[in-house]
Amino acid sequence: MAAEPAILSVQGVARSFGGIQAVDNCTFDVQSGLITGLIGPNGAGKTTVFNLITGFLSADQGSIRLKGKEILGLAPHRVERLGVVRTFQHLRLWNKMSVIENVLLGCATTAGENVFSLFLRAGAVRAEEQRALDRAMEVLRFFGLVDRAHELAEDLAYPEQKLLSMARIFATDAPVMLLDEPTSGLDSESIDRIVPMVRRLVDHGKTVLLIEHNIELISELSDQVVFLHQGQVLAAGAPAEIMRDPALTEIYFGV
Amino acid sequence: MTAYLAHFLVMVAIYSILALSLNLLIGYSGIFSLAHAAIYGIGAYASALAALNLGMGFWGGMVVAASVGALASALVAIPSLRVAGDYYVVASFGLQVVVLAVFMNWTDLTKGHAGLPGIPRPQLFGFVIDQPFEYVFLAAGFAVATWAICWRLTNSAFGRVLQAIRDDEIAAQAMGKNVVLVKIVIACISSALGATAGSLYAHYITYINPSSFSLHESIFIATLVILGGSERLSGPIVGAFLLLAIPELLKFMAIPDTIAAPMRQIIYGGLLVVFMLVRPEGILGRARHGR
Repeated sequence: MAAEPAILSVQGVARSFGGIQAVDNCTFDVQSGLITGLIGPNGAGKTTVFNLITGFLSADQGSIRLKGKEILGLAPHRVERLGVVRTFQHLRLWNKMSVIENVLLGCATTAGENVFSLFLRAGAVRAEEQRALDRAMEVLRFFGLVDRAHELAEDLAYPEQKLLSMARIFATDAPVMLLDEPTSGLDSESIDRIVPMVRRLVDHGKTVLLIEHNIELISELSDQVVFLHQGQVLAAGAPAEIMRDPALTEIYFGV
Repeated sequence: MTAYLAHFLVMVAIYSILALSLNLLIGYSGIFSLAHAAIYGIGAYASALAALNLGMGFWGGMVVAASVGALASALVAIPSLRVAGDYYVVASFGLQVVVLAVFMNWTDLTKGHAGLPGIPRPQLFGFVIDQPFEYVFLAAGFAVATWAICWRLTNSAFGRVLQAIRDDEIAAQAMGKNVVLVKIVIACISSALGATAGSLYAHYITYINPSSFSLHESIFIATLVILGGSERLSGPIVGAFLLLAIPELLKFMAIPDTIAAPMRQIIYGGLLVVFMLVRPEGILGRARHGR
């Protein structure tokens, strides 16, 4: 693969639930500035891999390094602060909050979140909140959601909610974005709106790892593909190569 | 009559502080606490003891009260808020029971049921505040300050994080928020503010005993929050005003005491039931969106 060291490196990670080995000796690299597609049939362990990377699950063994630094075993908020953000399959938007508040929660507001500076450094807090608001509007513009800024997240149409789930993590400035099925449940028109968005993330310096079921989309979108089956990496490489492999298409399509 | 009205307003102010501070947990963080009367009592005892045994004044006593209140809350919050879910309700219930037992049984310090008499009145610039109407200004000043602190906390990035945690804790974690730390911080702030109400009460009545800080009192404070409306900052103040006004109005109806006391309980209970059915968001609560 690429000679450059990977920004995110998963090495020999294993995790079982009771008797089920959900992820087994899983090893792959995510290269900086590329879109990596994580594919595999249902139950292959894709979401488990996301949960392991982002600290929502602990691993039985293995190592996950972000720019060479071990992140396995860290709490989710620590992983995020080091630079890995994620979306959820079921979005998990803050439905009762406005669209812009959802994005503001991704913007840097360290002074405003600190109770002491809230009361003792009012000026700094105000300046920071203004910067966060500007940033949030800029992010909403990028995702085409500006005119929905003050609506409740729950009042958006589903495709817009999907965009919002990406927008709020984009706002964090974390370089590595993990997208859990960004196009699932969408009609083709909405997919056509999301796909170029994912590309533009990379243009803005992000690294993307995404879970996707739509094989055509994966070939079109990804720079590299990791094929997961029963918790193990069966193959990794350029999408065209992976798609040509008859063993893999058999597993995927059952033919 | 003026003294009577002044007393009513002082008590409304004290209960407003209690309800406002409890609402930081119930309304803004989605953490239900049954220990607010215990925290109230800790504030009252801490500042009374600081005055009686250490000769500290009202202001120093209040600082002690707020610190001890925050500390007691931290002791419960640190182990129980690390675990997701409703453990805090149980843990706070435990705190309430233990604290009340300490008030009643640590007789060397608290004099048990006999209570602590002779708590000095507060002084401000050498001027002793001992008239009820003077105390109205002091208590109302603290209520306004509490309101302002709550406003600042909830209308800020910090408040946004609280709401995010209340609505979806996992999403908040994924977005880099230290959920456990934020919950512990808000529990400590809520308790520090609740304890100042205890301090105000002790130096106002000048006598305290454990019966003012029972589990019933905790439930009463929670009722103020829920009836007033936990989604609005001023909801708890409305709740405090109304629920304290009910027994006063009953007094004017010339109902004998033997009937008035159970009547009051029936009215509280009835109000709770009616509100749960008709207006679960409370008097000042926002109507639910899209329903």
